[in-house]
Amino acid sequence: MEPLKMIEKDIQPMDVHPMNDILRMDRLPHIWCPGCGIGTAVTAFAAGLDKANIDLKKTCIVSGIGCTGRVAGYIKLDSFHTTHGRGIAFATGIKVANPDLKVIVFSGDGDLISIGGNHFIHAARRNVNMLVICINNFIYAMTGGQVAPTTPLAAYATTSPFGCVEPPFNIPYLADSSGAVYVARWTALHVRRLTNSIAEALNKPGFSVIEVISPCAMYYSRINRLGDGLDMMKFYHDNSEIRHGEDTKNLDIGFQTKIIVGKFVDRERPTYMDSYNKWLSGTKKAEK
Amino acid sequence: MRYWEVPFGKEKPKTPIGEIHILKERCKGCGFCVEYCPKDVLEMSDEFNSKGYHPPKIVNGEACVNCGLCETICPEFSIWCTLKEEVALEN
Ligand SMILES: Cc1ncc(C[n+]2csc(CCOP(=O)(O)OP(=O)(O)O)c2C)c(N)n1
Ligand code: SF4
Ligand code: SF4
Ligand code: SF4
Ligand SMILES: [Mg+2]
Repeated sequence: MEPLKMIEKDIQPMDVHPMNDILRMDRLPHIWCPGCGIGTAVTAFAAGLDKANIDLKKTCIVSGIGCTGRVAGYIKLDSFHTTHGRGIAFATGIKVANPDLKVIVFSGDGDLISIGGNHFIHAARRNVNMLVICINNFIYAMTGGQVAPTTPLAAYATTSPFGCVEPPFNIPYLADSSGAVYVARWTALHVRRLTNSIAEALNKPGFSVIEVISPCAMYYSRINRLGDGLDMMKFYHDNSEIRHGEDTKNLDIGFQTKIIVGKFVDRERPTYMDSYNKWLSGTKKAEK
Repeated sequence: MRYWEVPFGKEKPKTPIGEIHILKERCKGCGFCVEYCPKDVLEMSDEFNSKGYHPPKIVNGEACVNCGLCETICPEFSIWCTLKEEVALEN
């Protein structure tokens, strides 16, 4: 057998990647496992920020807790790593205190839809101006692969050793029926479309939601014997179908079934700040 | 052949040629860039970085069209591409 070839210490300096400006270099490499899709979604996010042509000095990012919850810590914007499930609540506070800021919440399915589920539906109902990027890996990854409210029926998790018996949430349907003005779903493989979607949603007033189906190569794929991250990407390649404008009722995801992706909702509604200011100016007039 | 429609003096379309950069120490060997490069420019190498992962290597560098897919799909920010030159297409 040939001796193992070790790479000589990297000759290239680390500060040359074109995305370095948007990353907190001192924190890299990040904690995500090999084959995890969160890093890919972050790259698409960085590319989307660039494309959206917005003032990064007035942009901030908020995350909750979880593997995805680490995102805010790696992005060189004003960033908040908040408590579990409360990303949207913090983001609402930021937006109300300083309406000039563009606010992004980047977090996991468990964080946003389980413990943070109420913040999610009420921010959508109020149409608070923010973009929510939800990494859906069908599981509570950081804590060891427990069942999430997004785990497909019959899928295994550490807390569903006989397969998940609960029907999962369909996130685009939840967002749509709660009042979100922009709803899209992509997988971690659709990097270009995800980038475009993020750029578009960043310039959309109101509550926007982008769900990103993403491989958890450590728990979801291992417990369910789906191979590594690359195998899951290949599955997305073969089993996702783009259907823009599809009725969000039809977007359920089963265990290893077809994944429908696309932009489903793009509509106008008065945002929370619009309604608030209008109401306030009305009451002030009445006082006079 | 409707060659009169080609405006006089119009430049021929050009193909971009990319130059690939790999930060081998940052790579975790997931293989996304190798699998999805549309031009099959990359292959997994058998060398190790100090974390024990196999980074990709360039096997068909001339074919790179600077599409940037490897850069966007890489979860580790460890590969990217820059424009080297643009060459006119052959007829
Ligand atoms: C109040 C509270 N309850 C529970 C936890 C434990 N906890 C940490 S992360 C997590 C789940 C995260 O799942 P998800 O949001 O899907 O993120 P992922 O790790 O899958 O990216 C849980 C339950 C916590 N940190 N705080
Ligand atoms: S546990 Fe899963 S979601 Fe978390 S970093 Fe690893 S692969 Fe990604
Ligand atoms: S830029 Fe495109 S063609 Fe060039 S190596 Fe990357 S993916 Fe392949
Ligand atoms: S996509 Fe990035 S981390 Fe994965 S093998 Fe290629 S360079 Fe390495
Ligand atoms: Mg999760």
